[in-house]
Amino acid sequence: MKHVSIPSGADLGALYRQVAGDYPKFFKMDVLSKLGFLLTEMLVADEANRFQPREDRAVLVFSREGCVANDRHYAASMPDFPSPALFVYTLPNIVSGEIAIRNKYAGETSAYVLEKYDEAQLWALVREAFQDRCTKSAVVAWIDCPSDTVWKADAWLVGREEILK
Amino acid sequence: MTKVFCTGCGVVTPVGDTPEAVFLAVRAGRSALQLYPARPEPYMASLLSRQGFNGPSFFEHIAIEAARKALAQAGLDPSGPRVGLVLSAIKGNVEQIDSEDVSLAAAAARIAAELGVTSQPVVVSNACISGLAALLQGMRMLRSGAYDHVIVVGAEVQSRFIVTGFQSLKALSLQACKPFDAARDGLNLGEAAAAMVLRAEMPGQAGHDEVTAPDGVMADTDRPSLWELVDGAVRNDANHISGPSRTGEGSYNALKYLLPLVNREQLAFVNVHGTATRYNDEMEAIALERAGLLDVPVNALKGIFGHSMGAAGILESIVSMQACDAGVVLPTQGFSELGVSRPVRVLAQEMPTSGTEFIKLLSGFGGVNGALLFKKGGAR
Repeated sequence: MKHVSIPSGADLGALYRQVAGDYPKFFKMDVLSKLGFLLTEMLVADEANRFQPREDRAVLVFSREGCVANDRHYAASMPDFPSPALFVYTLPNIVSGEIAIRNKYAGETSAYVLEKYDEAQLWALVREAFQDRCTKSAVVAWIDCPSDTVWKADAWLVGREEILK
Repeated sequence: MTKVFCTGCGVVTPVGDTPEAVFLAVRAGRSALQLYPARPEPYMASLLSRQGFNGPSFFEHIAIEAARKALAQAGLDPSGPRVGLVLSAIKGNVEQIDSEDVSLAAAAARIAAELGVTSQPVVVSNACISGLAALLQGMRMLRSGAYDHVIVVGAEVQSRFIVTGFQSLKALSLQACKPFDAARDGLNLGEAAAAMVLRAEMPGQAGHDEVTAPDGVMADTDRPSLWELVDGAVRNDANHISGPSRTGEGSYNALKYLLPLVNREQLAFVNVHGTATRYNDEMEAIALERAGLLDVPVNALKGIFGHSMGAAGILESIVSMQACDAGVVLPTQGFSELGVSRPVRVLAQEMPTSGTEFIKLLSGFGGVNGALLFKKGGAR
């Protein structure tokens, strides 16, 4: 299966210009969504009919810390002016929604929080997601970013056949 | 496919601490919604009393209490390796963000330890559909064959973090919310915890022969029916991270996945999300029309509980099972005049039903939508 990763602390703006460049909404995203967006760009950039709407691809995002980096930014904005632009990113599943919007994926999107990166548990959850009869492939990501500058960001594109073999 | 049954339920809500008490409160239209003072503006919410509580996390406290009640009803010892735990939560301990490890993973580990669960817990945090997605996750774990029982627990407590956030989005109503009503003007927040114990049908079982209720709880002839969680789906609108789809895309697609499994003659009602925001309720009406469900009774429970976020999917499903067992479709508290563009059958008054199935519907930020089909599985 195809795998990509983004090194911790990488310049995400530079990476965006390299792998996408045509999606200015990127700059409004929190770090979790930016990482998910870029990982998916790297995974699917060369797919045929890439932007054809589809319901058969799931987006499954895993982490330990969820969206805590952005939660802290929102909490910091509360005393003066609670920021709606920050508040909407205070959910660990927004990244999966951003990936779905960009790529027109109308299938399942789910966000899971695990105590640690545990390959056996993560892939068991991915296999279980394929119980949905409609799901033929999935973008799977482990994106754990306790802050805006430190993260672990990996993603895989997996097909039903290879995951259920 | 392995059948999945609910063998125990537990709830912690401001209107009652057992499924039966909560059902009666909803039936009587008794909510705990009230206006709480706050700066810069007050908010209407359904909150739990903290009286007598002095532990580190009220969120974990209510989750544990709901799970324990469900375990007691199921008569299940949770310590075996084939008992799983799924936690549904959105913001968890966020009010301690400045001082503590507020990760939902840490909370789930503490909840598992307190309950005596020895398997690795999983947290489903899929915005406002978390409870429904967590139930679906529990079903999948059972169907994978790795578990015999899964405890699914959802909980949410309110905080300045959440209240100011929804205020900043101008999504809150200062009145008790009015789902699907012409005068609806926003949602109310709520606190609750709710849990279900799910069990896989054992090989050779018909699904309803080996379940024993705790001794002395009920006479044999008076036991409620056993409920089956048939299947569910999660679908994204692929449209906007905080605005519901104008075509009800994800909600319709989730319903569409379930429709071949539904016995329309037996479908008692659809219990919708019904937050009472202008856009959510309109979106759901469009999705119901596209799914051909305009003739099916529809109700929403946010006018009683407010929006209990991580608990909502589980709590509202438990109340819906109670209603179906009692042969009624519950009214939609706060609703009087239809205020959506499609003629959905939202009920202001209770009505009788002989139906044995219902659909639970939810939607959330991130463009995510979920639908789950429940079916009465036989005598318990």
